[in-house]
Amino acid sequence: MEEMPRQLIDAARQGSERALARLISHVEDRRPGWKDAMKAMYPHTGRACVIGITGSPGAGKSTLVSEIALRLATSGLTIGIVAVDPSSPFSGGALLGDRVRMRGISAASGVFIRSMATRGVLGGLCQAAKDVVRIMDFARKDVILIETVGVGQDEIEVVGAADHVMLVTFPGGGDGIQAIKAGVMEIADLFVVNKADRGGADETASEIAAMLELSSEGQAGKPPVFTVSALNGDGLTDLTAALRGYINRKKAGPVLEQAHVRREILGILEREVTCLIRERVASNGNMEACIARIMAGTSDPYTAADEIIALFAPASRIKGGMP
Amino acid sequence: MVHDSKIRVLIAKPGLDGHERGAHVVAYGLRDEGFEVIYTGLRQTPEQIVSAAIQEDVDVVGLSVLSGAHLSLTSKVMAGLRAKGADDVLVLVGGIIPEEDRKALQEQGVSGVFTAGSSIKDIAAFIRSRVRTGE
Repeated sequence: MEEMPRQLIDAARQGSERALARLISHVEDRRPGWKDAMKAMYPHTGRACVIGITGSPGAGKSTLVSEIALRLATSGLTIGIVAVDPSSPFSGGALLGDRVRMRGISAASGVFIRSMATRGVLGGLCQAAKDVVRIMDFARKDVILIETVGVGQDEIEVVGAADHVMLVTFPGGGDGIQAIKAGVMEIADLFVVNKADRGGADETASEIAAMLELSSEGQAGKPPVFTVSALNGDGLTDLTAALRGYINRKKAGPVLEQAHVRREILGILEREVTCLIRERVASNGNMEACIARIMAGTSDPYTAADEIIALFAPASRIKGGMP
Repeated sequence: MVHDSKIRVLIAKPGLDGHERGAHVVAYGLRDEGFEVIYTGLRQTPEQIVSAAIQEDVDVVGLSVLSGAHLSLTSKVMAGLRAKGADDVLVLVGGIIPEEDRKALQEQGVSGVFTAGSSIKDIAAFIRSRVRTGE
């Protein structure tokens, strides 16, 4: 039986894990009423400190997230974790294994972990992840850690929407520097070299510091670089202290950034419009007609796209190409 | 609006049993069948499994047990799910399950028992036939 979102919203606010989990599914699946649910929750959000964690596969993000969450939870903070992993483009399925690395978090710790697949929706991941973060925020989580593999633009945008971004790397292979080149450098405000137990971490940390020296020239402060071992706990006290600083600052009140709001509206619109077009085109037979014309050699995909768009907007806006 | 629903499955290894090959095969197989599979890793307590099932809001929990303790571990998971009001979750058990224990598991509320030799296609078809798809 499907609960009404209203009941779920009330129960989630009062601390029911099951209601929170169901509410997330409801919104993630875009079931009827999801947008009204988000509208109802929105005014009560903005309180949580959201920390995005990204880095190349194998950097030890999940283990690190788990250790950080445990340390923050023992000091009485409520923690939510969103662990994002890719969906298979072939089957649409996903294998979400972050919990394997988060086994240290017991059922009693009050840490809420949600694994999330990218589901391959155009521009959809970013908004879907933001929605999940917002729902956890509504459910009174003090800190929300959102973990993604920092490879695609979509993933970078997910963590980019967080209050703070931590880039996790590890010694050796030149990989750390490669990962930073991918555009994360600009949005990260905290760098972590994990796996310090393996040696070579200090060299990697100095390389990163040197790069930051170059890129942050003329700016007020440059982001700190921490060397840690999530495995044996070295350096985690300092790192957690830095995060506590962020959390305390956030307590001063929600900060709304114009650029984020703009991006979010566009993100919601893009997904809605894409869904609308796909739905409409699939149901009215226009798509099949277009395909048939292209197969017969009398049209092309560009013309087809123009024709389909013309069904939605005044022709004058579309034709001519340039604004 | 278009629904974007996926069936979510938790694959868990309860108790002291280090053999995760079977659980891996099922987890990968179900991913390839289009499910979202959450894997917990080895040596989970029934409490951890119940908690993961609740937080991840899964439709299905698949327990893989090769230790011989399937009856007691499964009954603890079932009781935990009931206590949290999640008794609508479909529970499947796989691993080394003696034929004579099948009935006992089903009496505990287990919907399906899939031992060695079961095909992924069969498991997937069973799940699809039993789980709502959000429509």
